[in-house]
Amino acid sequence: MKAETRSGPAGLVEVRRFVDLEIAPHANAFERAERIPWEVLSRVAELGLWAPFLPSEFGGEAMDMVTLGRVHEEVGRGCSSLRSLLTVHSMVSASVHRWGDQEQQEKWLWALARGEKLGAFCLTEPDRSGSDATAEGTTAVRDQDGWVLNGRKKWITGGQVADLLMVFASTGSGMCTFLVEADRPGVRVTPLPHVSGTTASMLAEIEFTGVRLEPSALLGPQGWAAGTVMTNALGLGRYSVACGAVGIVRAAIDACAQYTSVRSAGGVPLRDLPHVRQMMSGMVTARDAGRLLCERAGALNDAGDPATIMATWVAKYHASKAAVQAAGDAVQIHGANGFSPDHPVARLYRDSKVTEVIEGSTQVQELTIAAEAYREVAQ
Amino acid sequence: MSNDARTEIRTFITTKFPDVTFSDEEDIFALGFVNSLFAMELVMFIEKAFGTRIPNEELHLGNFRSVALMADLVARQTSAAVG
Ligand SMILES: Cc1cc2nc3c(=O)[nH]c(=O)nc-3n(C[C@H](O)[C@H](O)[C@H](O)COP(=O)(O)OP(=O)(O)OC[C@H]3O[C@@H](n4cnc5c(N)ncnc54)[C@H](O)[C@@H]3O)c2cc1C
Repeated sequence: MKAETRSGPAGLVEVRRFVDLEIAPHANAFERAERIPWEVLSRVAELGLWAPFLPSEFGGEAMDMVTLGRVHEEVGRGCSSLRSLLTVHSMVSASVHRWGDQEQQEKWLWALARGEKLGAFCLTEPDRSGSDATAEGTTAVRDQDGWVLNGRKKWITGGQVADLLMVFASTGSGMCTFLVEADRPGVRVTPLPHVSGTTASMLAEIEFTGVRLEPSALLGPQGWAAGTVMTNALGLGRYSVACGAVGIVRAAIDACAQYTSVRSAGGVPLRDLPHVRQMMSGMVTARDAGRLLCERAGALNDAGDPATIMATWVAKYHASKAAVQAAGDAVQIHGANGFSPDHPVARLYRDSKVTEVIEGSTQVQELTIAAEAYREVAQ
Repeated sequence: MSNDARTEIRTFITTKFPDVTFSDEEDIFALGFVNSLFAMELVMFIEKAFGTRIPNEELHLGNFRSVALMADLVARQTSAAVG
């Protein structure tokens, strides 16, 4: 993708305006078309929002994580599909920055920061539990020229438009991460249509058949520490999803506040009904709690604190459940209109449910978070 | 430095896992309590506590197996940064 002149990253006020004018009003249309138009992706580039956390020497603005979270919250308020694209692109960009050698960084980071190249994160496989995250169905075999990659990945957000694929594969010595250009011979991208939730995020299944890679395609350490590449990237993804989920709660509040102000039942404006007030109060409280948890996780990350990891799990656990609850309540408050494509809330519901499945499902998070509770009690 | 590093690393681990006992030389991975999440926390802890960025070639299991090996890693990284 070609970026126009870039003047970013935009401040939060500008991001908010962008979302209000150019994203939120069109999000249902994006969903129906099952794609985000190129013009919108170019605008994200113009605003410098693809990877603003990268340092300036690589075309970013060294944006701190708390601010990045607010940006992803705003975008998530408008359209979770676009936020999903930002999420995976951020995961790839941050990984190349954290683990890439000089050559890899120079080759990719500028283009990723400008959105000239889009990244996709390729971990999940069609025939295995995504929660297990072993990448056993994709193999990378070393030969004298480099690596040969074979296997299939599914549910790849942005896979239809990505230029750079960050692919997890099994080697003889465990799992490794590879940077693979999407136009390499042997890479076949098949769009996944009619996905219910983040429908415009241009998901794909990607097949690798005898894809030849140079030795320099390997990203980061091999063996045991290769797991930290995955954990690190998923941590950022989880943070972005959590912030996006707070955005969904906000969108639900906005939609309900407007709708209940103009709609009456039994001669009483919906806004004056106690059960509506109760649901609105729940949404407001969940939004504020979610944002505080996200801010805490972001601030810990900015400080390089190891507590970031658990704080991010907790933020995502809360925010994704809150988004599902808020979007479900929003559909209920809208009655039949809650199912209509003329209102945003059905889409919010579909999108919210995705946040409970990706980057650690609610059930997998419960294993991790509860284990922490038992550990704390043991102290 | 190395003794201070050992103490700090040990404190970090035992604060998280107070029930586990081990010597500085013992293989903590063999004790079974280190999952991938805690491994990442260990990497982050060392980088933050000792103000260093562990390079890829030093990020292998052999450097994290015991408190002593982690303290050696810290000593190498901090002396490389100074030298
Ligand atoms: C819209 C969308 C976008 C996605 N984008 C990407 C992407 O860009 N890149 C990518 O690699 N993947 C992507 N994924 C895949 C996603 O990461 C996986 O769906 C997720 O990891 C869960 O894996 P799974 O779907 O195989 O479910 P499974 O792992 O098969 O889980 C099925 C059910 O079992 C539960 N479960 C699993 N393990 C346990 C356990 N140990 N204890 C209790 N319950 C458990 C889960 O909570 C879930 O309810 C995307 C998925 C969706 C829906």
